[in-house]
Amino acid sequence: MIQIENLTKQYGAVRAIDNLTMTVEPGSIFGFLGPNGAGKTTTLRILTGLAKPTSGSAQIAGVNLSADARNLTRHIGFLPEEPVFYTWMTPSEFLDYIGRLHGLSVSDRTARVKELLQLVNLTEAGKRRIGGFSRGMRQRLGLAAALVHRPEVLLLDEPVSALDPAGRKDVLELIEQLSGQCTILMSTHILADVERVCNMVGIITRGRLIVQSPREELLNRYVQPVFELDSDDLPSMQRWVELIKKETWIASVNINGTTTRIVVNDLTQARKDLLASAVSQRIVPRRYEEMRPSLEDVFLQLVEKESV
Amino acid sequence: MNFLHVFSKEMTEQWRTYRLLIVAAVMVVFGLASPLLAKLTPDLLKSIPGLPPGLADAIPVPTITDAVIQYVKNMSQFGILLALLVSMGSVAQEKERGTAAMMLTHPVSRLNFLLSKFFALALTFLLSLGIAALGCWYYTLLLFKAMPWDSFLALNGLMLVVFLVYVAVSILCSTIVRSQGAAAGLAFGALVVIAGVGSLPRIGEYFPGQLFNWGTTLMLGNPAAAWPAFWVSIGVIVVALLGAWQILNRQEL
Repeated sequence: MIQIENLTKQYGAVRAIDNLTMTVEPGSIFGFLGPNGAGKTTTLRILTGLAKPTSGSAQIAGVNLSADARNLTRHIGFLPEEPVFYTWMTPSEFLDYIGRLHGLSVSDRTARVKELLQLVNLTEAGKRRIGGFSRGMRQRLGLAAALVHRPEVLLLDEPVSALDPAGRKDVLELIEQLSGQCTILMSTHILADVERVCNMVGIITRGRLIVQSPREELLNRYVQPVFELDSDDLPSMQRWVELIKKETWIASVNINGTTTRIVVNDLTQARKDLLASAVSQRIVPRRYEEMRPSLEDVFLQLVEKESV
Repeated sequence: MNFLHVFSKEMTEQWRTYRLLIVAAVMVVFGLASPLLAKLTPDLLKSIPGLPPGLADAIPVPTITDAVIQYVKNMSQFGILLALLVSMGSVAQEKERGTAAMMLTHPVSRLNFLLSKFFALALTFLLSLGIAALGCWYYTLLLFKAMPWDSFLALNGLMLVVFLVYVAVSILCSTIVRSQGAAAGLAFGALVVIAGVGSLPRIGEYFPGQLFNWGTTLMLGNPAAAWPAFWVSIGVIVVALLGAWQILNRQEL
């Protein structure tokens, strides 16, 4: 549904996107992951026609970006990171206006506006001016606006990054509901969100795609076993960390507050020796756990490897 | 077809954000005040205490000519200022806020985006000037006598062309830059250049300001047509809009 080939975007001396090649299959929810400044927003801006690539090409729903950028807008719905609206309009008026731009008939528009306001839980605010909306409400309205014309492809730029937990939950649930109705490319740096809603993952860093794979396959392929140990005895923990770092079966160790996170290369060896070595340093663990592998581990591992 | 939708949205915006009302109110005030001021000024002067003897008798009796001159003077100053003030943020504001980027990901061409703004502002000025002219014509009728309606219509048409020159130039300035502040600076710079160069002898005959003189002479019965200035004005409008379109096409939002 989305095909990007050797896409490059140069801003002066900075290469924001570097020969990006990527495919998003029809019907998938594709998590476009990357640290801040990796090139996610630039890629989406190119895909929406708001920015022009320095070189390379892209196709969305069979429409070539450079050849028919105008026609492209009929196939895509776009939710920018901070959706903005004409504040003097009401949500109903705004959605109706978008419907008119997409050539929807009056009856279709009326039904669609009602349906979308219900979907994004803005029915009661339907007649209020957008100017007084909270960030979460604007985000939900932005999603509704992107869906008015039933696009084949939905491009979401950091759709939940600035929302509070309740707002995040609402928007993620909406995205989950859209599964199967259209193809979604969602950029984010929040890994938990990708784990929750995406079935495909692409990781980008420094403008380059370093991996693209189904989520589960990615976890199976890249994830390393992780252990976590909680203790209040920080000096002993630091001593212990220095000690175990030298072991060949340890990949990396991080202390965050009272939690030490240990990524290991050899699970059998770690199961046998890790806790014993902690106890030998007189550490009294409050919690010791072999963790479920997470996308965050894969992400950090791949991005760190790429940065070296 | 989408032009009509975007234009209709622009007109609703002019109404809801009170821009149409403000432009109309200011113009109507000056439209009504012009014949009134022309009529009352001599009386006001005569009422100044301590006026040297004989001077009061020397102040001429106001005529319809004074009303026309006052109207053109007021409109040429405040109309141009209004044209600049309401147009200079039209594109820059949308780029600054992000609404331009939001809307251009829907089927709105960049040309329609600009043209809808220009024509909405043109209609705003047409309506406002129309009401102001009606008011001026009626007050002049009450205070002096009826003005020749055909010449008065032509005068207002010529004034509208001048206002639209400044609207188009302000839209161009607003397209070139990203912030409203910069757009304002650029638009006022353009005003100074156009007014400054337009006041030079010979060159000034080709500048939009000459249309005010043409309109005034029409009203006074000895028309001095300024077709070069008219066509230059139309040319400036077209070139400014085409330039804005080309610039916006190259811009990344």
